[in-house]
Parts: sequence; C-alpha cells; structure tokens
Amino acid sequence: MPRILAIVGTDAAAEAMRQIDPEVVAVYPITPQTAVVEKFAEYVADGVVNTEMINVESEHSAMSACIGAAAAGGRVMTATSSQGLALMWEELYVAAGLRLPIVMTNVNRSLSAPINIHCDHSDSMGARDSGWIQLYSENAQELYDNLLQAVRIAEHPEVRLPVMVCVDGFIISHAIDRVEVLDDDRARAFLGDYVSLPGYSLLDAAQPVSIGMFDGLYGYYYEAKRAQEEAMARALTVIKEIGEEYRQVSGRGYGFWEEYGLEGAETCVVALNSACGTIRSRLKEWRARGAKIGLLKLRVFRPWPGEELARRLAEFKTVAVFDRAVTLAGGKGGPLCGEIAATLYGQAHRPRLVNYVYGLGGRDLTQALVDQALEELAAMPAVPEPMLPVRYLGLHA
Amino acid sequence: MATLEELSTRRELLAQGHRLCAGCGAPIAVRQVLLALPPEAHAVVCCPTGCLEVSTTIYPYTSWRCSYIHNAFENAAATLSGVQAMYTALKRKGKINEDFRFVAFGGDGGTYDIGFQSLSGAMERGHRLIYVCYDNEAYMNTGIQRSGATPRGAWTTTSPVGHVRTGKHEGRKDLTAIMAEHHVVYAAQAAISHWRDTVAKAEKAWEYAKEGPVFLNILAPCHRGWRFPMEKTIEIARLAVRTRFWPLYEVEKGEWRLTVNVANPLPVAEWLKMQGRFAHLFRGKGNEEVLAAIQADVDRQWSELMARCRSAVPA
Repeated sequence: MPRILAIVGTDAAAEAMRQIDPEVVAVYPITPQTAVVEKFAEYVADGVVNTEMINVESEHSAMSACIGAAAAGGRVMTATSSQGLALMWEELYVAAGLRLPIVMTNVNRSLSAPINIHCDHSDSMGARDSGWIQLYSENAQELYDNLLQAVRIAEHPEVRLPVMVCVDGFIISHAIDRVEVLDDDRARAFLGDYVSLPGYSLLDAAQPVSIGMFDGLYGYYYEAKRAQEEAMARALTVIKEIGEEYRQVSGRGYGFWEEYGLEGAETCVVALNSACGTIRSRLKEWRARGAKIGLLKLRVFRPWPGEELARRLAEFKTVAVFDRAVTLAGGKGGPLCGEIAATLYGQAHRPRLVNYVYGLGGRDLTQALVDQALEELAAMPAVPEPMLPVRYLGLHA
Repeated sequence: MATLEELSTRRELLAQGHRLCAGCGAPIAVRQVLLALPPEAHAVVCCPTGCLEVSTTIYPYTSWRCSYIHNAFENAAATLSGVQAMYTALKRKGKINEDFRFVAFGGDGGTYDIGFQSLSGAMERGHRLIYVCYDNEAYMNTGIQRSGATPRGAWTTTSPVGHVRTGKHEGRKDLTAIMAEHHVVYAAQAAISHWRDTVAKAEKAWEYAKEGPVFLNILAPCHRGWRFPMEKTIEIARLAVRTRFWPLYEVEKGEWRLTVNVANPLPVAEWLKMQGRFAHLFRGKGNEEVLAAIQADVDRQWSELMARCRSAVPA
C-alpha cells in the first residue's frame, strides 16, 4: 500500500534516497538543499541505509568523489543548489563525458551576485549544456517520483548519463506537501539492482581499466562528444518508457510534459516547476469565463524534446513562455524561450511568442502577476507580430 | 623489507613505453611505490592532470596494468576517496572479495596548490588511501611555472630573472609537515635517489593505508625545468639530500623520525650550482643575499625537523 505523507520537499528527496539506498552519497551543505543532507545523515546514523556517506569539504569535491565512486561501479547520489552547482561546473562535464549514471537533486536557487538564497533557475539553466539530463518537478510528489525514475534512466545501457532532478528552493523544498510514496518493496522492485556494464568498473580485478584517458594525439574527442549527443537523443525514448512503467507501479505517469486545458486553446503558457501551480489556479478561473488558454508544464528540459514540442506548440496562435532565469545577453529574455524559439523556427506555422521573465531571486509570482500576464495576452491584437519584446513580471519600478 | 632481488621479480604496474621524458624522475618514484605493493593486492591509481597523466594514458593506449582514473587537476584526492568509499560499500555487501588498495600520484602543482583543499579534506576524513606527491618543484606539464613547491631563488617562466627580480621571491611550502599535522597514520618524505628508503616507506604506506590516510612526498627532479643533463637525475636528487635541502624522514602515528642522517652536510650552493634554474645566482656579484637566504631556509628547516624528531638520529 502506498503511504501518504505530509512532508517538506527536502524530505521527499531524502525519502527517495532512502529507498534507493545508494552505495555512495558525497555531499556538501548549502541553503536550501541542506535539509536533504541532514535528513539523509540521520538515515545513515540510524543504520536505515547501507550507504557510505562522504561529507566532503566542497561541492567540487562532492562531484569529484561521486565520479570516482560511480567509476568504481555502483549507485551514487548527491544534492546541491546554486553556488554549489556552479562550483561543480567543471565536474558536471566530466561526469557526463565519462558517462557515469550519477543522480543529483538540485534545489533551484539564484546565483550570486548579489548574494540571494531564494529560488530561480539560474543555477540549473547555467548547466543546461553540461551533458546532464534535466528533469523539472512542480512539487514534492514530482521530486520524489522523478528521483526514482532518474536512477533507472541514468543506468539504462542505452543512456548512461547523469541526471539532475530540479525543484524550486523554499517554495517547494521548505513547504509541507502531500506526497504519496511507494511502499519499500514496490519501490525497490521498480528500481531493481544497479545495472553494471562489464569492463567499465575500476574494481574489476580480472579486467583492469583506465578511465579518463588523455585525448592528446589521436583525436577521439569529437567522436566522444557525438556519442554523448546520441545517448542524449536515445534518452528521450528511455524517459518515455520508464515514465510509462512508473505509471503502472504508482498510478502516476510521466512524459516530456503535462498539459492543462489545452484542448481547443489558442494560447499556450509554457513554464517549469512550482510556478505551474500558481498559473494553473488562475487558468482555472479564466477558462471558466471562456478564455481559450491552457498550460504546458515542461518536465524534460534535457534531452530537449524538440520535435514533439514543436509539433504541439505550432498548434497555437500564441505561446507565452515563463522564464525564471535570464540569459544576460542584453534583452534576449530567458533560456526556455530561446530554446522554444529555435525549436519553432522550422515550423510552417509559427505562433506568436511572448516571453515573461519572472521570479528572479525568489520574487513572488503572485496570482495578480499571473493575471497581469493573462490580461495582456488576452488583449493582444489578432494580427500577430512573431516575437514581442521581453516582459519582466513583478519588477519594481 | 623486500630485497632488490625480490623486487626485480615483481610485475611492474607502470609499463614501459610511456611518453615521459628520458631522465624524468616521476616514473622512478611511481615504480618504487608500486613495487612495494603486496603482490596479492590490487591497486587503483588516480592521477590529477599533469606530466604523468598525459604521458601514460594517451588514448587508445594505457601504460597502467592496474585500474586507473583521471578526473581533473585539483581533485585526485576527492576522486580517489569516492573510489575507496565505493569499495568499502561493495565489500560490506559482499559484492567484491578482492583486496584493493588505492593510491594517487600527483605532481606538486596538483598537490601543493590547486589540489590542496581536496587533499586536506580527504586526509581529514580518514580515507584509507595513499597520496603520493612526485615533487619536481614547478608546473612542468605546462612548461615550468612556479608553484608552492618551487624553492626561493629558482628561475621559472613565471618567476623569471630580470633587471629587478632574481627568480622566485618566496620560500617553499612545507607540505609534508602540513600533512603530518593532519594526524594521518603515516607521512613521509623520500627521494628517488634513496630507493631503499623509499621502498621501505612505501611498504609501510601500503600497510598503514589499510587503517587510514597516508601521505608520501617524493623528490623527483625534472631536468627540463631544473636545467641539468638528463643523465644526472638521480645524482641531483641525492645531492638535495646531502645538502639537507630535502631531509628524509617519516612521521609514524605521530612520531617523527629521521630515516637518513646527514652528519656533514654540503653547502646548499653545491646543489644549486648543478642546476641552470639557479645559474643567475652565480653570475657576477649581488646575489649573496639570496644565496644566504636559501641556506638559511635549509638550516631552519633542518633544526625544526630535529626538534620534532625525538628518537635517536640514525647513523
């Protein structure tokens, strides 16, 4: 029987980690992720898990130790936020390049300066081209569900890539939520054993292996990067399959995105993570009044499900993209909108694209701010300009 | 300790055919350490970025007969601590039965400087592994830049000799002592010229690494950076010991002990004179102060070490 818990987001991550029971967890505390580390340390102290926990001296060493551990053949997890993810930057690329199935929770937080501990997506968006799979989670339930699936996706022989599961700092990490967790047996049956690949472990005495070799003279770097691209593309199929398998186990299915009210809609709002809850609650009212507008909540940002997404978004007259990060390119808007614009370029029908930047450094996305955007969208003239200047919701005058 | 004859029958884990320079000190240090590995044990080697790394693992070839991992420049100790943690976890679960030991080989740049935090963390956490620094006193892989291990007065490409400067201004970091102060199980300073001393220390290192962290600092001269004929590598290392520039000692469970006494030391200038990186100090006049400061560094270091070594000085 599934258990229904009232827990904060960080506890949902720790609960998934307890059930996964990785061989090695190497972590370093940072707000707002810290409670994940603390809770998991309690599990270790109580002997509830069989994990070697390494309390490293920095996030750089956290990811370095994860890389060593994963190369030795076993399940490895970590968690971080913000500056911590930024400090891991070099190692993120190494983890992906060495094709190591590490799973990490990233509790989204802004990047300095100015120093700010609250939510935005600058951290994970900065890592979007590091070769990690990125799954986004609206709430604690999705965080838990995504983490269980992440292990299977990362270890899949067709993929073998690290996975980052993102969730909003404080808004979700520190708020109590209803979370339905699988019973341990069911969770462990879904997770299965670590998928080891013969010949790829440092601890195979019969078959010593050199990992992380130097590509100085013979030039296989290019091919290795192309192979990563191909693995990322294959991950799209695997993510779908595992999302379907998880539906059968839990009753909660997962694909690339989730739709709300898009049947017959003319305008589609696209967003990531917790903002989707606020947007959905406003759309409910707007739709009751007859507005033809719905929501596409994107779950899979890497790999980028471009083909499917382009086909779906081309069906609307207007696409409004909510971005909790900016590219700092001088008015280009947010990274999510940039990706969507590029994806739509090849479509015969290109919807009007509107980019709303919101919530940087934890600025609240209030219902009033969502209404402000929806009113503006509703008032736009029928003849569309292809792309409008970027809007900044909730920016002080 | 194993005899030379015994050592000569052991399988070398670093194979011939690597691309290190003829006369390089680094592979000599590596072989002295790896030959001391109990033959029934398996080793996992981790190298930070550096000469040893780039020269032994040119894809698709590897010189390592044991398992090997390179991650990046500043994190060999953290990386290896992850490998060792996985070994512990798998062993506890009964998924692995073999006896594995763990050793990192880093140059002084990757150890004294950029890898210092990672090293300090791994030592403090008590991981059961050996960290070996092959100290050649500068960033040699990038072409002879000064590091925290470069001695005072040495020319490097980032401490050049100019109209107002005479090489590196600062003295070196005493990393062996700093590691000993981490209260590691075993820390030692060795030189490739004294193979018996180094292998004896390495044998202890492999044994102590079953209990906790071990640090070895092995002087491994680089003729490209130090500017001496390539056939003189061992001689230069020996003279570093004979002048007390590089004392050979060990710190075994907190007890400091000199392992090779230098009763009648030669002046450090005798060692400096053999190396082109110090040649400017002997050209004309005006460098007496620098030379005196280097000798003072050596004398201070020796007397500090003597104060720490409570047991009798070996003959």
